[in-house]
Amino acid sequence: MSGVVMAKAKVQTAAPKIEVRERDQMPAKPDSDSKKAKVAVRDLNFYYGRSQALHNISVEIPERIVMAFIGPSGCGKSTFLRTLNRMNDVIPATRVEGQVLIDDRDIYAAGTDVVDLRRKVGMVFQKSNPFPKSIFDNVAYGLRINRLTKSNGELAGRVEEALKDAALWNEVKDRLKTSALSLSGGQQQRLCIARALAIRPEVLLMDEPASALDPIATSKIEELVFSLKKQYTIVIVTHNMQQAARVSDTTAFFLLGKLIEVNATEKMFTAPNEKLTEDYITGRFG
Amino acid sequence: MGQTSYADRRRRLISAAMTSLTALCTLLAVGILLVILSYIAWQGIGSLSFRFLIDSPRPVGEGGGIGNAILGSLVLLVLSCAIGLPLGIAVGIYLSEIGKGRFAGAVRFIVDTLTGIPSIVTGVFIYAILVLPMKHFSAFAGGVALALIMVPIVARTTEEMLKLVPHSLREGALALGAPQWRVTLGVILPAAASGIATGAMLAIARVSGETAPLLFTAFGSRFFSYYLDRPIASLTVQIYNYAISPYDEWHAQAWAATLVLMTLILGINIIVRFLTRKRF
Repeated sequence: MSGVVMAKAKVQTAAPKIEVRERDQMPAKPDSDSKKAKVAVRDLNFYYGRSQALHNISVEIPERIVMAFIGPSGCGKSTFLRTLNRMNDVIPATRVEGQVLIDDRDIYAAGTDVVDLRRKVGMVFQKSNPFPKSIFDNVAYGLRINRLTKSNGELAGRVEEALKDAALWNEVKDRLKTSALSLSGGQQQRLCIARALAIRPEVLLMDEPASALDPIATSKIEELVFSLKKQYTIVIVTHNMQQAARVSDTTAFFLLGKLIEVNATEKMFTAPNEKLTEDYITGRFG
Repeated sequence: MGQTSYADRRRRLISAAMTSLTALCTLLAVGILLVILSYIAWQGIGSLSFRFLIDSPRPVGEGGGIGNAILGSLVLLVLSCAIGLPLGIAVGIYLSEIGKGRFAGAVRFIVDTLTGIPSIVTGVFIYAILVLPMKHFSAFAGGVALALIMVPIVARTTEEMLKLVPHSLREGALALGAPQWRVTLGVILPAAASGIATGAMLAIARVSGETAPLLFTAFGSRFFSYYLDRPIASLTVQIYNYAISPYDEWHAQAWAATLVLMTLILGINIIVRFLTRKRF
C-alpha cells in the first residue's frame, strides 16, 4: 500500500511543473482527440528472427504533444520507437507486419524513401553519440548531407538556432570549432538533440535521452522536451516514471511486447484503467 | 588471520615475479632491436656522405652512391601505394560495412590466405603475368607486385579499425537522413582514420623492405630512372647486390644504404603519424 501512496505523492509534487489542464475527460485512447493524429500505428507486429518482440500494437500519436513510453526492461518500448523511423532496418533478420502511418502515409509501403522519412522523424539515442568532429560540424552534418542550406551564412544561422533550441548555445558559442567529444555527458546529449533539431524534423523520437545523465543535466533535458513540444511531436521512452509524469501529456505502458494501456498522463499515474498498469506504477513488479 | 596474510604474501610475491618477468622480456625484445639499429648505424655511418646520397653507382674503387636507388624506391612506393591503398581500404570497407554472410566470409578467408603468401611467389606471379607479356622488366611490374602484398594487410586492418567505430555513430548518422555511403565516407572512415593510417604504415614498412618480388619485376638498374615501363633501381635490391659482392667497399655501401632505408621508413612513419594525429 505504501507504494501507492508514495507514487501518488511523487506525481503530485511533480504536478505543478507540467501545467495541469483539465484532462480527466480525455478518452483512454486519444483517437478521438481533437488534435490530428501525426503518427498512427495499426496492428504492428515485430520479429527478431523467430522471436516476436511486439504484438498487435495499435496507437495514435496526436500532433504536438509529448507521449511517453514506459515499461520494464525488454518490454519492447525501444523496439517500437525504432519502428517509427525504420531504424530497425539496419538490424539483420528483423521483420515488420502491420502499418505505421505518418501523415496518413504508410512508411513501410514499397517505394518509401527511408532517407526522407528519417529527415522527417528525427531521433535522439540513449547513449549520446556525437560524431568525432567539431561542435559546429556535428550540428551542421544533417544540414549539409541533405543540402538544406544555400549559403555558409544560412548554415551558421541554422546551427546557432538549433543550439539555442537545445539550450546549449550559451555554453558552446565561443568554442564551436572544438571537438564535440570535449563536452560533458549532458552537453553531448543536448548537442545530439541540437543535431536532430537542426534539420527541423516533424516528429522527434527520444530513446531514454537522460538515462546516463546526472539530475541537473536530466532536468535540463526535461525542460527542453517540455518547451520543444510547441513545435514538434515528441515520443520519449523512459525507465523513469517520475520523468514520464513530469514531461508527457500522454503515457503508453508496454509489457512483454504488448501495449497494455494508453492514457492521459495524469490519469495514468493516478487512476489507470488496467490492473497491470497500476501494479507496475505502484512498484509491485518491474 | 595468519592464513590470510600468508595467502596475501604469496599473491604479492607471484605478482611481483610476473611483473618483473614481463618487464624482462620487454627489455630483451627492445634491447635486441636497439642492438640491431645501433649496429647498422655504426657500420653504415662511415660511408655516408651527401655525395653518396645523390650519386649513382660506380665501378669498385670509384665511390659512387645510391641516389638512383633512393629515387627508385620512392617511385615504387608511391606506385604501390597508389594501387594498393585504395584497393585494400575498399576491401576493408566492404568486409566491415557492406558484405554479409557466406560471400564476405569467403573474401575474408582469401584475404587472410593472401597475407601468408611468401613474397617471392608474388614476384614470380607478376613475372608471369606482366613481365613476360611485356617482354621486359619494369617499375610498373614492381609496383604492382608490392601493391599485391599491401592489399591484404591494409584490407584486414581497415576492417578491424572500422569495426571498432561504435555502432551508435552509424545509427546517429542514419537517423539524420544520411544514406549509407555518406555515413561510411563522412563519419565512419574519418573516425577510424588514424587506425587505418597505422595499418597503411605497417603495409608500407613491410613492402619497403621487400627484395624478392622486385628481383623478378623491377629488376634493378645502375642509372637514374623514373620511367614506369623500364627497369628501376631500389634500395633493397641494391643492398642485396652489394652485400653478395666480394668487395669490401660495396659491403660498406650496403650498410650505408641499409641505414638510409631505415631512416626513410622512420621518416614516412613520422610524417603519416603527424598527418593523421587525432584532431577530435
